[in-house]
Amino acid sequence: MTDEAVAGARGPASRSARSVGATATSPAVSLSGVHMSYGRRPVLRGVSCSFPAGAISVVLGGSGSGKSTVLKLIGGLIKASAGRIDVAGRNVVGLRESELYVVRRSLGMMFQNGALLDSMSVFDNLAFPLREHSDLGRDEITARVHESLAAVGLEDVDDLLPRELSGGMVKRVALARALVGHPEILLVDEPFSGLDPLSTKLIEALLVRINRQHGMTMIVVSHHIPSTMRMADRIVLLLPDTVVEGAPAELRSSEDVRVRHFLTEETDDSEAVLAKAAEFEQGERRPERRGGAGAHP
Amino acid sequence: MNEAVTRIGRAANGITEELGRLAAFAGRILLVTLRPPLRFGEFWAELFKIGVLSILIICVSGVAVGMVLSLQGYTTLVRFGAENSLGAVVGLSLIRELGPVLTALLVTGRAGSSVTAEIGTMKATEQLDGLRMMAIDPVDYVVRPKAWAMAVAMPLLSAMFIVSAIGGGYFVGVHLMGIDGGTYMSSMENSVDFENDVAGSLLKAAVFGVIVALISTYRGHQAQPTSAGVSAATTSTVVLASVTVLVFDYILTALWGV
Repeated sequence: MTDEAVAGARGPASRSARSVGATATSPAVSLSGVHMSYGRRPVLRGVSCSFPAGAISVVLGGSGSGKSTVLKLIGGLIKASAGRIDVAGRNVVGLRESELYVVRRSLGMMFQNGALLDSMSVFDNLAFPLREHSDLGRDEITARVHESLAAVGLEDVDDLLPRELSGGMVKRVALARALVGHPEILLVDEPFSGLDPLSTKLIEALLVRINRQHGMTMIVVSHHIPSTMRMADRIVLLLPDTVVEGAPAELRSSEDVRVRHFLTEETDDSEAVLAKAAEFEQGERRPERRGGAGAHP
Repeated sequence: MNEAVTRIGRAANGITEELGRLAAFAGRILLVTLRPPLRFGEFWAELFKIGVLSILIICVSGVAVGMVLSLQGYTTLVRFGAENSLGAVVGLSLIRELGPVLTALLVTGRAGSSVTAEIGTMKATEQLDGLRMMAIDPVDYVVRPKAWAMAVAMPLLSAMFIVSAIGGGYFVGVHLMGIDGGTYMSSMENSVDFENDVAGSLLKAAVFGVIVALISTYRGHQAQPTSAGVSAATTSTVVLASVTVLVFDYILTALWGV
């Protein structure tokens, strides 16, 4: 994908976010020939792709295609069986856990279900990494926590426990926690899953705003095609036998029918589901009619 | 025949590997213990959950065990005209054997299973991965305080169990069976030796504490991240820790006479 394609997809505001010099053109994260299996089931077979610095990259793919696995591999939460994964200039494959902690200081991750520590309040969930890794005083930590909560549009939630939050609020608190350490790279796993349309748009807007304000590299795993097409600078589509990457516009006009089908699958699926529902309804009525005919010959 | 040998070999390999992983896990706990921060706050919180919240069940069970032990002991000793030795029988059997073992079994059921379930649930809900992504070692932050609290709480709870049981035994022997209170206590005092019996009892309880701590935290940490996985890990903690405690009880008694 060309830089122009990225810039074109983002509009004027995004160009300012990408104007971070050399980092805007070099990949912040790249995978090269990565293999990964869960037990005997191979998930990734020689996957190679890259995620440009300062851009929002969305990883798409079918269920079980290894989207979340890609995020976990980048964060070093699981080990690739072969290949190379460069994160902020370091190959994380083969690093020991203690070495990975150094790399993870530059990463933030928003988990699909939040992964908030359920024994801690919202405030403590956000303050915890700061207390662990910085010399900030109590007032500075409080300010940073509130700054992060404000960035995701939350206030007066300090004392709430995770179980007292709605699904959308959990996602936003998880995003705030991922941001509180000012990471260079933000990994986001299924930010829109289980959310209503309004919350989906809210999270989408938050991600785009944070990216544009801070030029933060974002790697988002999502199933939500409309949001992806709106927010992505770059799409990485995991297909069973290959990886296709490029700007949304490029992928929409791809000659590969699978790519075009995937990006429009939401519409197709809706129609297919409606058609199947109609068939089912007709099928349900037929026996009734037959039964009725038998009863009244 | 060959197939049977192969199966036995595989099972032996599996057990050896598991023991190796358990030893490595224990090594990690020791390693993070030597590194700052000391996490006293988390330790005290866990000591409260594992120790203080177990006091009631330990004391009630202790009183019940002491009462039944005294009743059975009196029924047996009176046949030989040796009922005045009831204090010695109750005291020695509680201090040397029943106190540490029954406490370990009770704590395994109440607190060990809860530790496994808590760590397993944290794994299933990606909280442990969340900690790792924040560059915080879950063994340091989650496992270490729980393991040390369990190891420290066990001898203290065992002592409470023994004291409660001696009280229960005193009530039955003196107030119900009519043995003289002074005879009951002096019989116990004369037969119980601090170094061999009391210190040995505390040592036994400490060893059981380490066993239960290690198994419960390890099982939680290794649990499959599903509800069935957490459930299986919890069950296996109770079974494995209970059996291991009983086996080690024999080994400690046979080797060191405690």
